[in-house]
Amino acid sequence: MFDNFPLWPARAAAGAGNVDALYIFLVALSGFMCVAIFTMILVFATQYRRRRGVEAEQIEGSSALEITWSIIPLGIFMVIFLWGAIIYFHERTPPRGASEVYVVAKQWMWKLQHQEGQREINELHVPVGRDVKLIMTSQDVIHSFYVPAFRIKQDVLPGRYTTAWFRATKPGIYHLFCSQYCGTMHSGMIGQVVVMEPSQYQAWLSGGGTTGSLAASGESLFQQLGCTTCHRADTQGRGPNLAGIFGKPVQLEDGRTVVADENYIRESILSPSAKIVSGFKPIMPVFQGLVGEEQLNALVAYVKSLSPAPSGAAGATSTAPAGTKSQNP
Amino acid sequence: MATAAVTAEREHYLNKEYGIRSWLLTTDHKRIALLYLISITFFFFVGGFFALLIRLELLTPAGDLVQADTYNKLFTMHGQVMIFFFLIPSIPAVLGNFLVPLMIGAKDLAFPRINLLSWYLYIIAGAIYVHCILTGGVDTGWTFYTPFSTAFSNTKVIEAGIAIFIAGFSSILTGLNFVVTIHRMRAPGMTWSRLPLFIWAHYATSIIQLLGTPVLAITLLLVVFERAFNLGIFDPTRGGDPLLFQHLFWFYSHPAVYIMILPAMAVESEIVACFTRKRIFGYNFVAMSSIAIAVFGFLVWAHHMFVAGISLYSALIFSILSYLVAVPSAIKVFNWTATMYRGSISFTTPMLYAFGFIGLFTMGGLTGLFLACLGIDVHVHDTYFVIAHFHYIMVGGAVMGYLGGMHFWWPKISGRMYPEGWGRLAALLVFVGFNLTFFPQFILGYMGMPRRYWQYPPEFQVLNVLSTAGSTILAVGYVLPMIYFLWSMRYGKIAEDNPWGAAGLEWKTSSPPPTFNFEEEPEVTWEAYNYEEIAAPAEVPVER
Repeated sequence: MFDNFPLWPARAAAGAGNVDALYIFLVALSGFMCVAIFTMILVFATQYRRRRGVEAEQIEGSSALEITWSIIPLGIFMVIFLWGAIIYFHERTPPRGASEVYVVAKQWMWKLQHQEGQREINELHVPVGRDVKLIMTSQDVIHSFYVPAFRIKQDVLPGRYTTAWFRATKPGIYHLFCSQYCGTMHSGMIGQVVVMEPSQYQAWLSGGGTTGSLAASGESLFQQLGCTTCHRADTQGRGPNLAGIFGKPVQLEDGRTVVADENYIRESILSPSAKIVSGFKPIMPVFQGLVGEEQLNALVAYVKSLSPAPSGAAGATSTAPAGTKSQNP
Repeated sequence: MATAAVTAEREHYLNKEYGIRSWLLTTDHKRIALLYLISITFFFFVGGFFALLIRLELLTPAGDLVQADTYNKLFTMHGQVMIFFFLIPSIPAVLGNFLVPLMIGAKDLAFPRINLLSWYLYIIAGAIYVHCILTGGVDTGWTFYTPFSTAFSNTKVIEAGIAIFIAGFSSILTGLNFVVTIHRMRAPGMTWSRLPLFIWAHYATSIIQLLGTPVLAITLLLVVFERAFNLGIFDPTRGGDPLLFQHLFWFYSHPAVYIMILPAMAVESEIVACFTRKRIFGYNFVAMSSIAIAVFGFLVWAHHMFVAGISLYSALIFSILSYLVAVPSAIKVFNWTATMYRGSISFTTPMLYAFGFIGLFTMGGLTGLFLACLGIDVHVHDTYFVIAHFHYIMVGGAVMGYLGGMHFWWPKISGRMYPEGWGRLAALLVFVGFNLTFFPQFILGYMGMPRRYWQYPPEFQVLNVLSTAGSTILAVGYVLPMIYFLWSMRYGKIAEDNPWGAAGLEWKTSSPPPTFNFEEEPEVTWEAYNYEEIAAPAEVPVER
């Protein structure tokens, strides 16, 4: 109806309906409060407008009223808080086995790479119904990955990974905006998310030329950079065996324990001496400035793909959930 | 009239001395208030001019009126000028400066020379900022986010940072002066529980200025040093953290919202009491809610960072704390509304602004509930929803309060009445123009239009056109008062000492007041807002 004058954003992801429901609740609540307060003011202003010979009646106040109109709003606020917190918690917790897309933001474009290896610029193709986790970083300033139709937004920072996830529900083409001011062409740092039926998506996936999965290119990079010299697949290496470490707690030399997530692996490559694994020496060279963001993503994807079991076929599929069909071509 | 002739000859703060020296070297808080009035009005129109250019650019989806870089400078300098050079000093440095000593029965502020110093710091800061504008400007967004501001922007970040750093000290000195004055200079009998609510709110404001502004100063200094000497504090490739900047910046800049809105609440209480002819309903609760806002306001800064990459659990904490700070604001709105019950209400220009304030502040406050809500904020953060929300608070709230206050105390400040009919017309234009400008932006925001966009997808155009149309009405509403205030200084009806029949010590001295405010030190034996003891003027002066 309102082709040139839409008043509501498209809704194309799981969870977007929950955000809308809460929003409508808040609009209704605010509308009710506005009408209530404005009606009271209007009634008082007409009823008690200044008249000759009629004095104002001095009323000191009422503690009972004050407590009432403090406690009731506070109660309502807590309901809003909880409802919003539940949605946020869901938004911030990517489901296990989501397929991964690495995002590198720079002034003023989005570079994306699927775990299957496909690269895209300012465009992201995804199938309906699949959980997609975005692992994002920036090459320069802070950007923000915003897809209004999915109701998701996450700042993308230099020097670390931030993540977001979604499950698209409706085929279509949707806006991708950078929503954190990032310089001259901030408003030009836009793209689109193309949501496709799974069959079309498979066709798209096999259409583009690719050199193999992200993890596979990470593996060859891992060998090129000589990482294999120390990070061996047994316990004899001068560096820790990386098989199966992802997502597991790691005991550090200084007594702390950290979980080996994407940011930990990233840091261990760029500035290895920041967190030394217990029992090892700080002998690894610093890779800060030697590997670019996209190479780093491949390395991280490779390390994640290493399973502790016989790891002959190190590949992207190892992070896919049991039961999903392999996306390897 | 006989009184008029007498008033014309009487010595008061305006005619005691003439000449530029008598103004630039004055230590009279009332004259310094006027110096501030002139300076902030200048910056208000500079910032307003930037705003109009922004709205004109957004009339069409394509970036066509100005270059992208120019647009980025326009919204940056609009924000910085309006916040640091207009809103923060507006009510405190003009009306607060003029009224705090008068309201508590003091001869002047505790430190008159420091008061003058604060104005000079403001002027130095303003001059540096104007130089920055004229020689290229700055494009970081008013928020100076790193690492863009420290390592990527090619504009005059250091100059802008230094200007705002200095302006901050002007604000600190004003706050310091108010705190000491309110503690030490109250007239005999003016106990804490007899203080006008204007004073309570300014006291709360001053505490924020004193405790918050130094953090802004440190933060800006770090940005300046990082840019000048490449320190690496916010640079992740050298172990720095860009998010640290956001924490430091919002630790001041969220409470700064209360520096802007608390004084408007201060004005609101005085106007509502006067034109309902009643003591404010729930005096203690309104007074304490100001203090509560000042305290809680320091604990909510990270609600600006829900999508910035902070931990899930800290986001939960900051969301719940943000709801706590909403309670005292709600208390105030309910109490002003309740004050009108069984009052004797007249619809003068200040009261129209007061009505407008309640309406717009209520909407601004309610939409704040959306933003404090984690599930909603993720979608609307950094969109026009946020723009609309904070303009409802800062323009709908703070500027309405400022204009209402200027009309209410204009007779005291200038000794003249402003033209009431024009005043009401301007108040109406401001209200209508404001809503037309900013209401469509709530819808734009939920639809997903990001802020700081020079060009935008065509489906957002209709709402942007409405917004731009509104801004022109708003502009007329703002220019009108400036014209008739100036006109009234010469042609306005001579004001009586207490034309509104208002309670409050400032109305017990002459209009305009003598240099030392009172002919003899007042002794207070009554409670605040003793409207039952003050005869209402037979008719509120109306000039048509």
